[in-house]
Amino acid sequence: MTALDKSVQEAAVEHEDLEHADNDKTPLGHGRMLRKEDPRFIRGMGRYVDDLQLNGMLHLAILRSPVAHANIVSIDVSAAQAHPKVKAVITGADLAAQGLAWMPTLSNDVQAVLATDRVRFQGQEVAFVVAEDRYSARDALELIDVEYDVLPPVVDVRKALAPDAEVIRTDLEGKKDNHCFDWETGDKDATEAVFAKADVVVKQDIVYPRVHPAPMETCGCVADYERVSGQLTLWTTSQAPHAHRTVYALVSGLPEHKIRVIAPDIGGGFGNKVPIYPGYVCAIVASLVIGKPVKWMEDRTENLVSTGFARDYVMQGEIAATKEGKILAIRTHVLADHGAFNGTAAPIKYPAGFFGVFTGSYDLEAAYCSMTAVYTNKAPGGVAYACSFRITEAVYLVERIVDCLAYELEMDPVELRKKNFIQPDQFPYTTKTGWVYDSGDYERAMDVALEMAGYDDLRREQEEKRAKGELMGIGVAFFTEAVGAGPRKDMDILGLGMADGSELRVHPTGKAVLRVSCMSQGQGHETTFAQIVAEEIGIPVADIQVVNGDTDQTPFGLGTYGSRSTPVSGAAAALVARKVRDKAQIIASGMLEVSVADLEWQKGSFQVKGDPGRSVTIQDIAMRAHGAGDLPEGIEGGLEAQICYNPSNLTYPFGAYICVVDIDPGTAEVKVRRFVAVDDCGTRINPMIIEGQVHGGLTDGIGMALMEMISFDEDGNCIAGSLMDYLIPTALETPHWETGHTVTPSPHHPIGAKGVGESATVGSPPAIVNAVVDALKPYGIRHADMPLTPSRVWDAMQGHPTPPI
Amino acid sequence: MQVPAPFDYERATSVDDAISKLERLGEEARLVAGGHSLIPMMKLRLTDLEYLIDINDLHDELGYVRVGVDEVRIGAMTRHRELLESPELAAVFPIFADAEQVIADPVVRNRGTIGGSLCQADPSEDLTAVCTALDASCVIRSSSGERVVSMEDFHRGPYETAVGQAEILTEVRLPVRPGGSSAYAKVERRAGDWAVTSAGAAVWMTDGVITNARVGLAAVGPNTAGIPAISELMQGKPPSEELYAQAGELASAACNPSTDNRGTVEYKRHLADELTRRTLRTAVQRIEAGLAGDEGGNR
Ligand SMILES: Cc1cc2nc3c(=O)[nH]c(=O)nc-3n(C[C@H](O)[C@H](O)[C@H](O)COP(=O)(O)OP(=O)(O)OC[C@H]3O[C@@H](n4cnc5c(N)ncnc54)[C@H](O)[C@@H]3O)c2cc1C
Repeated sequence: MTALDKSVQEAAVEHEDLEHADNDKTPLGHGRMLRKEDPRFIRGMGRYVDDLQLNGMLHLAILRSPVAHANIVSIDVSAAQAHPKVKAVITGADLAAQGLAWMPTLSNDVQAVLATDRVRFQGQEVAFVVAEDRYSARDALELIDVEYDVLPPVVDVRKALAPDAEVIRTDLEGKKDNHCFDWETGDKDATEAVFAKADVVVKQDIVYPRVHPAPMETCGCVADYERVSGQLTLWTTSQAPHAHRTVYALVSGLPEHKIRVIAPDIGGGFGNKVPIYPGYVCAIVASLVIGKPVKWMEDRTENLVSTGFARDYVMQGEIAATKEGKILAIRTHVLADHGAFNGTAAPIKYPAGFFGVFTGSYDLEAAYCSMTAVYTNKAPGGVAYACSFRITEAVYLVERIVDCLAYELEMDPVELRKKNFIQPDQFPYTTKTGWVYDSGDYERAMDVALEMAGYDDLRREQEEKRAKGELMGIGVAFFTEAVGAGPRKDMDILGLGMADGSELRVHPTGKAVLRVSCMSQGQGHETTFAQIVAEEIGIPVADIQVVNGDTDQTPFGLGTYGSRSTPVSGAAAALVARKVRDKAQIIASGMLEVSVADLEWQKGSFQVKGDPGRSVTIQDIAMRAHGAGDLPEGIEGGLEAQICYNPSNLTYPFGAYICVVDIDPGTAEVKVRRFVAVDDCGTRINPMIIEGQVHGGLTDGIGMALMEMISFDEDGNCIAGSLMDYLIPTALETPHWETGHTVTPSPHHPIGAKGVGESATVGSPPAIVNAVVDALKPYGIRHADMPLTPSRVWDAMQGHPTPPI
Repeated sequence: MQVPAPFDYERATSVDDAISKLERLGEEARLVAGGHSLIPMMKLRLTDLEYLIDINDLHDELGYVRVGVDEVRIGAMTRHRELLESPELAAVFPIFADAEQVIADPVVRNRGTIGGSLCQADPSEDLTAVCTALDASCVIRSSSGERVVSMEDFHRGPYETAVGQAEILTEVRLPVRPGGSSAYAKVERRAGDWAVTSAGAAVWMTDGVITNARVGLAAVGPNTAGIPAISELMQGKPPSEELYAQAGELASAACNPSTDNRGTVEYKRHLADELTRRTLRTAVQRIEAGLAGDEGGNR
């Protein structure tokens, strides 16, 4: 065993404990326990949007453009209207007459609800049919006759700004090119100066291809407008019900109090369910027009070809260092493909999301990024697909370019990283792009990972294998994320501040209901949030009901994405519980006839200091709060509170990942043999749920690194429109995940927790790619782009690794 | 949910019933066996049909693996899973277990049939390559009787076979000759994916000399039928790495792949070579080990 400091040993020992942990424990607060929601899901008793059946409900199907770019010459709907089961056929022209043909995107752009003038990507919404059943609605689509005048499509992002490129956004007044926006961060001149003095400069083109969140449940909704009351109820696949309600109110002109948005169980989101899609608006319009409930559920192809994609960054990375391996600066230029409409989901002042953290976990002298975003004839989006607002791209860039530097310096990638880590005493650390990292102990996490992996032995094994012509690779990646958006002074979505409300009500018998604004899509909020409250107020987890997803039943807040639930709503839950506890303490002082200061809190009860025999439980207090008899002066009956939490900063989880791959030299197939993931997300509320999040993200990472890509042919046809073409990994591609952790609490979060929902998706692709590239070292390979399918790995082995786009 | 266009549905009670239904309903009628090729195409609205004739009740009649002394007969309704799990079949033709382990996934294998696979004639489909390597012949029945065609004649190109409109494939026959064994290998991007390229090989030897060798490829061009040049090359020679390499080169030259999401032309040609060598080598090793088959364990 190598020399490890005590804390590392402890962390490693804790890791072992987890392997044998008893998941059936029911801690009174934080700790490992089974998820409360699982019995419902495991028994098939989850209730999703598509399960909903309402009296008289009609079905909506959308006609989509078969081509990427074309003017619409004419649309004939007469045959569809004549279908005996069709109730309505609506085109863009019909919506335009009501001023509803266009809607705002989350990035201050506009997007067509139904195309009026032209179609701008394959799969774009052109018309919709409402019929008595889903089959008839779909059949009637084939009766609509659209004449298209096809235009040259802009498919290659690198040619989008060419002078002869067809202008896509003719709807924007005066638009003469396909430029979307420019953005920069860091100090250009200072970076240039540092690059000029560096011993070593390494440059690498790095592509993060377009991928798709592909949740198991596709998007959809049921819109039910009651004409008499003027009430609209929308059951919908939304990660942000409150934000959606406000946007619907602003767009439709319906009063906000007459709109109720309900997100029932959601079958996976991964950012795909953050935007408002044309289909939702169509269903609302249909219900308004017809006066009946209308269901729209997209099919798999519609989901893959038209809803929010992620990534699609073509990056030039540059790193400057001394010959001893001290990293001085990183510089990058990014060409960002935003598709036909800029639908990026990110706080409005961050058009490139949080890409600014591309400086990674390293202490640099300077950094600079410039970005050009363009329109192309592809689906709009740019969603936070388990990426914490583009941190996936940033981490991939820095972790790849650092490995390129290690390659050029002939230095071990671990040693190089360790040499450049931000040190524990440097926190809070302000990066050269202005991000204030809250806390970290990077070397410790790295050491735990090295120990778990047996890094030195792996390197020895690799050497032996190489001598025999076998290809084994070891990939290391270290990431720091910025999650929990965010402070309202900096962050809003369409003008809505990113603070989260929370409400806790304790019933007379001591059972409680917590209402939160964030929205679970499978993350286990019903358990985690109950545990947060239990820890603070001592009510058993089983006695705390967590309510989310219904705007009429929960306080306002911006929803779940970018790993923000625990950092923001989790903080709100802890603080609202403390507020209730404060009131409980006053009531307890009355019950025990002592002053508040003479009471001490033992999880679940207040006891008179120095007299353990005299105490009251939280349940006693709850009954008293609602019961007969006087309460202390100035205290109202009931035991409840509501707060709205505005985070002072983001939280910065981090982790060290090590991946081992074997490559078949004859077929170029990559097998991920081992994967060690050490995560530090601060205080750990439910370790089992954290591990579940990490397992999912690592699997996702295998998908992106090895097989996933939304690709297009030269005509702009999307050739990833089914799960036979867009591959997502299965259990057979995933090794036994080896997870470990360290704990470095966030200093500003009420319970020291940081988000972890996306850590593994962010950290794993570079670890896997680094491992593949490391395995290919004998071929003189320094870089190869994702997805590393056998064919693309073989290309690299032949000396011509090619970018995927 | 993807929904197909309207269609009518009938269930056949026997092979003769299926044939008479096909005759009665005409061009717009199609048989459905496991449905794992046809139903996805219907849902994606890539196929136009008005009547579906379900032949799953014919599993009793057409679901079997009969291993005889000089011939194996497999009924057209035999499911992938039954092929995978038949020790008798693996004992004579280990290539089946090799292939079936990497065809689709358990859900598909539980329903998909050998008859459907061969009749679908997808250029990436694996069992055609297996049957080609084994020199199979196919039994096709119509109201006027039965005819038997070789694999070369059966498989006419992508999605096209010798089975006529009112005909049904009933059985696949595979000759058993002494001193033989076989193997299959497939490269896929992910478990359950269709092949980037796959190859099947069958070899027969007497006294250390190859008497016959056959190779079938999948996913490398419109025509996956056998490569006679390989048989000619190997006949009468003792096995060697050099011979496998020559055969691999022939396979690589004989195929006609195209570039797609699964891989480039160059890579697929390389795989045709690499997998031909691997499967020939494995087949010979199995013969030398005295194993016609090992129930698929020797992958
Ligand atoms: C996700 C997925 C992955 C797959 N991966 C692979 C793979 O890797 N390799 C591979 O080889 N296959 C693969 N398949 C295809 C699978 O093996 C199919 O089941 C098979 O190709 C068709 O068999 P079936 O019984 O389902 O045929 P069906 O879909 O029922 O029928 C296919 C066609 O054959 C016709 N037909 C069926 N039986 C007869 C008969 N007895 N006589 C005349 N005509 C008939 C039908 O009319 C139809 O035109 C995959 C399928 C899926 C869904």
